[in-house]
Amino acid sequence: MPEKIWKTVASAMIEEFELEPGQMVPEARIKDDLGLDSLDVVDMVIVLETAFDFKIQDKAALKKIITMSDVVDFIVATMAAEKVEAAGG
Amino acid sequence: MKGPWERVVITGVGAVSPFGLGADLLCAKIGQGECALGPLPGGDRVKDLGVKAAGLVPEIDAKSIPRTFRRSMSPMGIFACLAAREALSNARLEDYPHDMGLAVGTTMGSPQTMTEFFSEYLSRNGFGNLRSTTFFKIMGHGVASSLALSLGLTGRTLAPSAACVAGLLAIGLGYETIASGRAQVLLCGGAEEFDVLTALTFDHILAASHHPDPAKASRPFDLDRDGLVCSEGAGLLVLESLPQALSRRAPIVAEITGFATNTAPANLVHPDSESIAQCMAQALDDSGLTAADVQAINAHATATVEGDRAEGRAIEKIFGSQTPVNSFKGQLGHTMAASGALELILSISMMNNNCFLPTRNLETIDPECGSLRLPKESQKCMISAIMKNSFALGGVNASLIIEKYEA
Repeated sequence: MPEKIWKTVASAMIEEFELEPGQMVPEARIKDDLGLDSLDVVDMVIVLETAFDFKIQDKAALKKIITMSDVVDFIVATMAAEKVEAAGG
Repeated sequence: MKGPWERVVITGVGAVSPFGLGADLLCAKIGQGECALGPLPGGDRVKDLGVKAAGLVPEIDAKSIPRTFRRSMSPMGIFACLAAREALSNARLEDYPHDMGLAVGTTMGSPQTMTEFFSEYLSRNGFGNLRSTTFFKIMGHGVASSLALSLGLTGRTLAPSAACVAGLLAIGLGYETIASGRAQVLLCGGAEEFDVLTALTFDHILAASHHPDPAKASRPFDLDRDGLVCSEGAGLLVLESLPQALSRRAPIVAEITGFATNTAPANLVHPDSESIAQCMAQALDDSGLTAADVQAINAHATATVEGDRAEGRAIEKIFGSQTPVNSFKGQLGHTMAASGALELILSISMMNNNCFLPTRNLETIDPECGSLRLPKESQKCMISAIMKNSFALGGVNASLIIEKYEA
């Protein structure tokens, strides 16, 4: 897992949702373990967009996110897609 | 006079004011004659704003409210939540019945959030980075609904949005609800948050003070008054039916015995003295008291030229010139939708301490306000009944009467 992305995601989640650093483990489930609801997920997207300075276009893909690890994977995939797009691919 | 309704008592009060957190603090500071008003921060950045003073709640820690509830609370929602907790605690109702309802009024939805919302919307043509809970703070019943949510209440939610009369109107609605037997206990009051937009609005209609010294800016009934000073806060009261309060041996701090509300449709901004007099007369009729039975009047008196005159003349018409009259707005400024509740809490304190408090900054009484008894010093005197007035733009009036509880 890319450490820099993990740290940025964890930091944003802790700040926005007032979570404890100890809760930030890859297997933590966003809803069941961290207590986020549907409104929080909307805000999570806003926070991640701000933290990584991109716009998440594929909102449908968000529904597949269950764990913190999924969040990081989603960010990695989004950034890779952005790079391809920027390169004219 | 009303029919054989249930008696309604107040068993707990809570306040967040420009003095800080707590009803005791509010009453102590007002009793000491202190002024809660200070300089308006950032006012010089607003074009054409002549206002120099405001009554702002000092920074308070809201972390005790769980995030899931706090996220949809505007500043005034947080004020109301903290005041409600205090009121429930003072009423010894920590284990409150969850089928309890509430009646909490606000001037309108959160002005700070509206400013944030429209700044983002108009500059980006979209929601931008606005959080998902932004709209919930703008809703007209945003404070009432967030309060019900945070306390887990399942009873009725009443949320009158009627500018400066909203707080007293909510208390009156709560009183009528319980008196008619439709509820046993209700949390009632009002909340307001300051935004420079509010000050600008009142300045625009020539109703805001431009006085450079915040401590002297709000001058109800004074000849040199030049308008109101906007403030913020929240006042919440626990209203219960007398049988319910007695059955749990609740601390009864006052009884509400009369309420009336009416409307003067002739003018949007200028208060109608005749309509105010009718409202006070109806409240007296509701209580079964005569004017001579009321020992004190806590006026709405915001320190506008027209408003103080209309109310003063109405008071003289109904009560004559002997009943002492005061306004707390010289010290608190105009807490708008919170004013009816905060000033009722202060009136209860005044009644239970048998101490009539003066109006701050009242030096030379404006003779156009009628022939009124407006004491300039504290006076120890027996007070068993007080009338509290609140009025609003749009011609909405409300008068409420509290009495010392007697079995």
